[in-house]
Amino acid sequence: MITAEQKPMEEIRRMIAPYPRILVLGCGSCVAECAAGGEKETATLASALRMAARMEDKDVQIDEKTIDRQCVTEFVIRLDDIMDQYDAVLSLGCGAGVQAVADMYPEVPIIPGLNTEFLGETKEQGYWAETCVGCGDCMLYHFGGICPLTRCAKQILNGPCGGSVDGRCEVNPDTPCAWQMIIDRLTAFQALDRLEAIYPPKDWSKKQGRGPREIIREDQQRGNP
Amino acid sequence: MSRLKSILDQGQFAVTAECGPPKGADPDQIRKKGEMLRNQVDAVNVTDNQTAIVRMSSLAACTLLRQSGLDPVLQMVVRDRNRIALQSDVLGASAIGIRNLLCLSGDHQSFGNQAQGLGVFDLDSIQFLKTVKTMRDEGTLLGGDPLSVSPDLFVGAAANPFADPLEFRITRLGKKIRAGADFIQTQCIYNVKRFASWLSMAADQGLTEQVYILGGVTPLKSPGMARYMNTKVAGMDIPEGVIRRMEGVPEEKQREEGIRICVETISRLQEMPGVKGVHIMAIEWEEVVAEIVERAGLLPRPGIS
Repeated sequence: MITAEQKPMEEIRRMIAPYPRILVLGCGSCVAECAAGGEKETATLASALRMAARMEDKDVQIDEKTIDRQCVTEFVIRLDDIMDQYDAVLSLGCGAGVQAVADMYPEVPIIPGLNTEFLGETKEQGYWAETCVGCGDCMLYHFGGICPLTRCAKQILNGPCGGSVDGRCEVNPDTPCAWQMIIDRLTAFQALDRLEAIYPPKDWSKKQGRGPREIIREDQQRGNP
Repeated sequence: MSRLKSILDQGQFAVTAECGPPKGADPDQIRKKGEMLRNQVDAVNVTDNQTAIVRMSSLAACTLLRQSGLDPVLQMVVRDRNRIALQSDVLGASAIGIRNLLCLSGDHQSFGNQAQGLGVFDLDSIQFLKTVKTMRDEGTLLGGDPLSVSPDLFVGAAANPFADPLEFRITRLGKKIRAGADFIQTQCIYNVKRFASWLSMAADQGLTEQVYILGGVTPLKSPGMARYMNTKVAGMDIPEGVIRRMEGVPEEKQREEGIRICVETISRLQEMPGVKGVHIMAIEWEEVVAEIVERAGLLPRPGIS
């Protein structure tokens, strides 16, 4: 999933200051899972903003709504009926969500309320970790299911570097050394010989070859059986 | 031609020293450091923005040293340049007459004074080694485009016998050799015993016959420096006995003790058949190199035929 964290309150208040009627728009998917922009966080933030406005005697209208997925046109379009009631939207979607809403409503300022962080997993309650960079050419088979591009600070494909000590990373000792994990896993299923080969340079054209990537699947498009 | 390569090919015990470029645009500073090392070492190894702190570029500093008749070893890290820039600088270095190249990952940018910078890491150090070898031996760039003239470079890599996991260190050394390393510079050796066991594992796999290994040494200035390096620098192994030795002498004799330990380490390295030379990293203390080399009995440096 995509993870995110709420921006500082001051920054949010600065960005919404010019607008008298604001919709705080939550998203029920990834950012709900990471407790940044789901229904609960949307309600909490909207009420904090209303409270802050009252303290300053500012006459603003702050409403809240959460849709299932801000990044899917089909869901965003359901805002059609209420959009003309607002001067701006404070989106608690990820960066993709903010832009999907903005694409749909070109005349309305869509303000990001979150900092989108990474593609990762929920390790336990309140703990999320980055595990994928979306490189477009998955190499996890070679590395025992641990991605060195994401989890090694130097993105080494022929590791480990000289800073791996006691299974910790030299760049951030709170982080496990991805290469120690790779070696441990490959050893566990007798596949350490996969690391004998020199892994060639990464083909980054699959990630950033010609700007933003698109996936177009005709078999999935309307009108196809 | 590479003086370092000639010395090693002749079977002589090589001596190289590290030289950090200045934090400024003054060419005389690097020339002065070069003069201190002239006739004391076979090659001068110039760091590439070490510890991720911005300094004069290693390519420019090596050019200055080359102009004054020294044999520089150009360090290049993959942290700051993508494959286009790396290959381009390799060609430029060779054109200038630099004949030695050390391919490294580089200290992570978060350690330095540009912690908000982007770490490039487009190639890793092994891929970079292989790229340089291919440029030199096959005359082609990554992707196969031919070069008009191939770079003429003696290529090295680093190895850390003190990092984990120990067994895999040998596998990785083998990969570096297969990728194209002609010589290997090791992390600073204080734990001679662990170094010897790493070396014997390498010898068991025939690796010491395939590559020139230069043992890295750094003279300690104080027990504080020893403790700091031991706890703060990952992959640095300074045994308690060495630290206690530094603590056991009065402050004014600590530098002398550091030099003595360094000279003793070099003597022990000279006795190991798999070690073909020594690389002295006297961090911001280049003036001590001549004394270390002399006391280790490594002067005068041999001529090359």
